[in-house]
Amino acid sequence: MTQPSTRNEGEVAPADGTSDIVKMSDVRFRWPGPRSFSLAINDFILPARERVLLTGPSGAGKSTFLSLLCGIVAPESGHLEVLGTDTAKLSNAARDHFRAEHFGIIFQMFNLLPYGSIIDNVLLPLNFTAKRRERASQKGSIEEEALRLLASLGLETEDLHGMSTASLSVGQQQRVAAARALIGRPEIIVADEPTSSLDRDRQDAFLDLLFAEATEAGAFVIMVSHEETLGSHFDRVLRLEDIAVATRSAAA
Amino acid sequence: MIVPRLALQSLLNRALTASLTVLAIAFSVMLLLGVEKVRTGARQSFADTISGTDLIVGARNGGIQLLLYSVFRIGNATNNITWKSLEDIAKHPDVAWVVPLSLGDSHHGFRVLGTTPDYFKHYKYRHGRPITFAQGEPFDDLFDAVIGADVAQALEYKAGDPIIVAHGTGSISFVEHEDKPFRVSGILEKTGTPIDRTVHVSLKAIEAIHVDWKQGIPMLGETVSAEDVRAMSLKPTAVTAALIGLKSKIATFRLQRMINEYPEEPLSAIIPGLTLQELWQLVGTAETALSVVSAMVVATALLGMVTMILTTLNERRREMAILRSVGARPATILGLLATEAGLLTLAGVILGAILLYAALAVLQPYVDRAYGLHLSINPPTYREWITLGAIVLAGFLAGLIPAARAYRQSLADGMMVRT
Repeated sequence: MTQPSTRNEGEVAPADGTSDIVKMSDVRFRWPGPRSFSLAINDFILPARERVLLTGPSGAGKSTFLSLLCGIVAPESGHLEVLGTDTAKLSNAARDHFRAEHFGIIFQMFNLLPYGSIIDNVLLPLNFTAKRRERASQKGSIEEEALRLLASLGLETEDLHGMSTASLSVGQQQRVAAARALIGRPEIIVADEPTSSLDRDRQDAFLDLLFAEATEAGAFVIMVSHEETLGSHFDRVLRLEDIAVATRSAAA
Repeated sequence: MIVPRLALQSLLNRALTASLTVLAIAFSVMLLLGVEKVRTGARQSFADTISGTDLIVGARNGGIQLLLYSVFRIGNATNNITWKSLEDIAKHPDVAWVVPLSLGDSHHGFRVLGTTPDYFKHYKYRHGRPITFAQGEPFDDLFDAVIGADVAQALEYKAGDPIIVAHGTGSISFVEHEDKPFRVSGILEKTGTPIDRTVHVSLKAIEAIHVDWKQGIPMLGETVSAEDVRAMSLKPTAVTAALIGLKSKIATFRLQRMINEYPEEPLSAIIPGLTLQELWQLVGTAETALSVVSAMVVATALLGMVTMILTTLNERRREMAILRSVGARPATILGLLATEAGLLTLAGVILGAILLYAALAVLQPYVDRAYGLHLSINPPTYREWITLGAIVLAGFLAGLIPAARAYRQSLADGMMVRT
């Protein structure tokens, strides 16, 4: 993985291919409010340079796991290290900034803001992190970079001109989401069932394009899916049940 | 800044609901400002109507009533004052001038005021401006009349035209002084005061048209022709009221007390400015009520906006999750929604102000004609700027209600959005 030279000292340890991307130990998390869903991860390590597919049935805690990983929520206790930074110890604002800088996230569907242009949507993360903006503008303007990414993900510029995000097909929307996740070369791409609304052929095509771009950008991909058949695309397939214990309180 | 841009794009994306909300706020702001404009316009109009008169003397009844009928031609006098009393007052060493006023007749709904030529010399309006003539000159002949600008315009009179005065003050009168026609001797410049809607004749003319009348009705078989009347002594016995100018303002209260305690006849003297203040105190409650109602309308419009934003929150949960995923802090979500509310309110306030000024420009001549109320088109006053600023601030703060909800939602949702 190429290491951006602009990184602050102590913020992130080098992920040079030998160190681990994610380390979790004794992580405990419980959703506030009436949901009463909790997740416990005793020991989990993701080595660098791997494409990982995380599977698990619905309700196993996949979304909670991703929320913890991306720092949208913080664990109640335990050690959660991402790229060498203990994100559990960061302030909420710092964790949000950490996510903006190091993560590209693709959701299952409805990935795009209903307003703003397609390019606006791709450029969205750059509004929250100066470093990614800087990296995105290394080869030209950020708009050019957005168009380049869209084109390499199979969305031609002419097709997009003047189109609203709502008029895109689901497959097209997922590619725009992938471009948004990839722009500015974040280290980790997290995809939450990004292909579940695509048919098999389109799933394969989408994943091929995503991996090609991720490899080019030097990004690590972790994808969550309930479809284990996608495993052939990945270096490693993990089952969430083997990693984490989900508990749904009856008191809910 | 990402937040204002996102807020603007988000509002443009919901252009219809957003513009309806803006329109509701705009109308409420227009109402609020309009009430304020009419209020200040009315006060200004009243305050501008009389200037340079130190005391007004009339029969003893309410001071406000005296002011209303003698200066504003609103309502009628219940009693007259005798000419003799007026002569006594005029003799007082502090008195510089006395202008008698005699009311009670009309011409096509316009009041007829009997007075002396001194009226045109001493009556002042709007910070001491004198009455000026657009055409002709003050009445000279017994049957000369000087008409206000609105009278001339409404009835299309020019100097030299004949007019017939009717008895009583209604716009349709069944008893007319048709045997004694008048001639328009002069037309006054527009003043923006009740003078514009007044027909001025000499005091003697008022006496002349009533010589063959007794107690408000013509005496049968005793008509006196216009020619014969000229030969008669037309010294008035009573007038409705009188305007008094003093040599020194210091004497005002002394003379007022003296008139109020005049032994021969129950009289009352008022200081126009002070009585106007009493009038404002009287109508102040109504004004406040009107302002409160329009403020409530603004509050209702803002409430509508909050409701609009709240109802869309659920469908916008995914949008918030997307923003969180790219690194937006929950505080950014809060700011986004509050900014949307602020922008909606700002747009409403601006549109409301534009609508108000457009309405003023269109309605001003009509209101002036129909109500004698001159609504000046001025830029917003300091007080109005404060009001407008407060509305925008209130809108922004009201936006914090849905914003706080979105904040909590986005914290609780994490990456799990189920819509």
